[in-house]
Amino acid sequence: MSDASPPPAAADAETPAPNADQNRSLWGDVRYQLVRSPLFWISSVMVLVILTMAFVPQLWASTPPTARGACDLLNAREKPSAEHWFGYTASGCDMWASVVYGTGKSVIVAILVTIGTVLLGVTLGTLAGYFGGFTDTVISRITDDFFGLPFILGALVFLAIFPDRNIWTITLVLTLFGWTSLTRVMRGSVIATKQADYVDAARAVGAGHFFIIRRHIISNSIAPVVVLATIGLGSFIGAEATLTYLGVGYQRPTVSWGLLVAEGQNLALAGFWHLLVIPASFIVVTVLSFILLGDALRDALDPRHR
Amino acid sequence: MLSTPVIAEEPLMSNVHSDTVGTDPRNPLARLAFDESAPLLEVEDLEVEFRTRDGVAHAVNKVSFTLEAGQTLGILGESGCGKSVTAQAIMGILDTPPARITGGEVRYRGVDLLKLDEKVRRRVRADRIAIIFQDALSSLNPVFTVGWQLAELFRQHRQMSRADARRRAVEMLEMVGIPAAKERAGDFPHQFSGGMRQRVMIAMALALEPDIIIADEPTTALDVTVQAQVMDLLATLQRELQLGLILITHDMGVVADVADEICVMYAGHAVERADVYDIYERPAHPYTKALLESIPRIDQKGQSLTAITGLPPVLVNPPPGCSFHPRCTFARDRCTHDEPPLYELPGGRRSACHFWEEVLES
Amino acid sequence: MGRYVARRVLQFIPVILGTLFLLHLLSTLTIQIVGDPVRALFGENAPPASVIAQMQADYNLDDPCLQQTGNPCLGLFVDRLGQYAQFDFGVNFRGRPITELFVERFPVTVRLTVIALVFEAVVGILLGILAGLRKDRFADNLVRFSTVLLIAFPVFVFGTLAQLLLGLQVGLRIRESSWAPDWLGQMLNVGYNADYPWLSLTLPGLVLGAFSLAAIARLTRTSLIENLRSDYVRTARAKGLTTRRVVGVHTLRNSLIPVVTYIGIDIGLLLGGALVTEGIFNIPGVGQLVFLAIRANDTPVIVGVVTLLTIVFLVANLLVDIFYAALDPRIRYE
Repeated sequence: MSDASPPPAAADAETPAPNADQNRSLWGDVRYQLVRSPLFWISSVMVLVILTMAFVPQLWASTPPTARGACDLLNAREKPSAEHWFGYTASGCDMWASVVYGTGKSVIVAILVTIGTVLLGVTLGTLAGYFGGFTDTVISRITDDFFGLPFILGALVFLAIFPDRNIWTITLVLTLFGWTSLTRVMRGSVIATKQADYVDAARAVGAGHFFIIRRHIISNSIAPVVVLATIGLGSFIGAEATLTYLGVGYQRPTVSWGLLVAEGQNLALAGFWHLLVIPASFIVVTVLSFILLGDALRDALDPRHR
Repeated sequence: MLSTPVIAEEPLMSNVHSDTVGTDPRNPLARLAFDESAPLLEVEDLEVEFRTRDGVAHAVNKVSFTLEAGQTLGILGESGCGKSVTAQAIMGILDTPPARITGGEVRYRGVDLLKLDEKVRRRVRADRIAIIFQDALSSLNPVFTVGWQLAELFRQHRQMSRADARRRAVEMLEMVGIPAAKERAGDFPHQFSGGMRQRVMIAMALALEPDIIIADEPTTALDVTVQAQVMDLLATLQRELQLGLILITHDMGVVADVADEICVMYAGHAVERADVYDIYERPAHPYTKALLESIPRIDQKGQSLTAITGLPPVLVNPPPGCSFHPRCTFARDRCTHDEPPLYELPGGRRSACHFWEEVLES
Repeated sequence: MGRYVARRVLQFIPVILGTLFLLHLLSTLTIQIVGDPVRALFGENAPPASVIAQMQADYNLDDPCLQQTGNPCLGLFVDRLGQYAQFDFGVNFRGRPITELFVERFPVTVRLTVIALVFEAVVGILLGILAGLRKDRFADNLVRFSTVLLIAFPVFVFGTLAQLLLGLQVGLRIRESSWAPDWLGQMLNVGYNADYPWLSLTLPGLVLGAFSLAAIARLTRTSLIENLRSDYVRTARAKGLTTRRVVGVHTLRNSLIPVVTYIGIDIGLLLGGALVTEGIFNIPGVGQLVFLAIRANDTPVIVGVVTLLTIVFLVANLLVDIFYAALDPRIRYE
């Protein structure tokens, strides 16, 4: 190509071996980029902290707010002070313990939903993109129909009628309305990869469909999925919190961020600002960490950024 | 896909519109002291660097050549040898953060373009020196009609009215042989075939009647038959308008037909420069020789193809001495540390090889 | 172009039918699993069977297919479609037609959404252009940082915080002060004020549009940077055009194409977000209608309003698609 872009870097030029292209493999290059990215390190640390809070909250707060006697209405709504940096919630529970123990609720749902949407998205997207034809038409039509339903509205209809609002219904609903974007991206990626000559070559030597899909298609299309899944995790945390806030997610007395904000909102207007600001900040920082991590991954995986 | 209008009898630029560029005092070009006796274009020791993540890449190293009116210079070389960078440096459209022109002069009629202020430099583009790119589909703006993109030149450079500019645009399309030009002017680039699109690019290059056209791989993306038509068109237009044409390509067949003089580039260096017959008959540089030998010939059926061993060098870390020496069959010890200058050979030829005499003999 | 419009309208029909069917499936499946909401309303104190039967008939809940889990209830779906065509979207548990409630409240929501859209589009695109042109410099990094931060805020978090900090702390001080003009105080209000139908929606509108603003700014930036590297920009420069023209005329139109696509999807996000925003700021719009219905477990309202909003969303998307073709001529001939 008569392109005046910087010439590509290759291996040692002094001794051109027969196969002098020692390009780092894709993942090697990705690792190289990531290790050098301060954004990656910062967001990874934050994500790790959040994950430990989610799975081992005892590390961060000794008594769960659900423990007997942990909450005392006498302390209700107390503002942050020197002894208690984060004050108390509207029910008299320690605010710090409440947000720490609330982490698990939101993060675990988000992880489950991410796994669900990735499985669904990769499978359906690959099937639609690789086999094309009728399969593609059916899958794409279904995807479009789900796309036609705005996310919160669809989730609402379901959850409003369903009386059980626990971790599984919430996960189900979020997965149900969250699988579409990943499917579309995967499908596009598979279609693009399918055109490649090496796929034709593999077919010409008799490779079966599933072998080709596993070996070639998925490994080359997986990069955007990884990025979207990470960012998606962050957005699912926000989505769950929104549904809980609206009243169709976790219910009392479960300790969850959405409920803390819902409780704290009106009281904050009356002057108890910590009831709102603290859980809100936790939500924002958590979502932010995942989004930043996704961004760092995207920068490393995007070939054009090299 | 017919080219009838071009082979017509009448002079091509029949509507001699009043060109105010030369006399308009507001036009900065009018204030430049052009030297009519100087060569049309003189590139001297041009050097361009790219700052990359892995170091500084020397894309163009002391490249020199001259171009006169009515002459065609072919710049020949493989991908990455710096020919496009040279062209864009002449036009002044290199992306300046990674790229930097670090030396040399580009003199148009005696005036060094590299020293001009951007405001003045901008006026030179398209008006005096124009360029045609390889991929017309990506080089034309997809959301504007072809007529609009052509007329834009007249509106911006000549301050013409929309109607006049539109009229001129249609004339240009006719000139390059696009049938039903008036209707086609309202079409978008993706509605044309490859050959037609390239003709549109040619029309855009010629619109303001420049003195110099640079064609950067104009036919590489086209079918062979269309290639011939487009090259014909270019050649005819050049002849009629007495343009200076720089043809950049890696296709040795194309350039042999059209060029008067050829400059061979390798790894950012101009390694040989000579008359087209001399180059093809008796190359004076090992690289040129190897290129010619690698062309498959029908009478070589049954023999293995001759390729040049090795790969082009990495421009951030070129080999010491002569940059071609790792792949050269004539290489000696001297080549590994002594960078050859562009020697002057008898007959006005030049070659950047210490052992050019040997190459000539073989 | 005319043919393209006709084609899009024709393609639109199966999409809207499909989505409505999906919605129908969702609600009927849930009712089949859970039992009908009418009974759920009364719990222990069930009135005589005839009353229940009457209510079920009123709310379209008396179809026997609703007793069988898994039955897609096609007949019911067709009936419903017939009702929709006559603008009948059911009645709420107090007997008021949902269409009426919707029409009453819709103008407020429209105003809110328009404010959000204008804000996010104008500011978002401008910021994106600024960042794209000043790539890697201070302005760019500032925009990138602030937009990623904005994206991390779910609407309800941003809304509640904005209401507290801007509406209350800052706004109250402005409203109570003597020097600030009236309109400024109203713009930073904590809730809707019918006397200032546009001004008091400013803060909620900003909240609603904040997330999308960030997304649009980033999208514009990326798109601009990519287009600035493209071949046709190189040609435009080679034509001796001024930088202002190269960017403002040639690059901009191409860069805005993905942004327009995004705005189409965004309308759906905005409708969902309007729900939350109206709840927080106590705005008497359609979103608040749903908000209250959730609290009251008024299922027909939820289903009816969501159906209406979905139709609005799909129609808006259709219009955006048509506008998109006006921007990008390549689409017209697909």
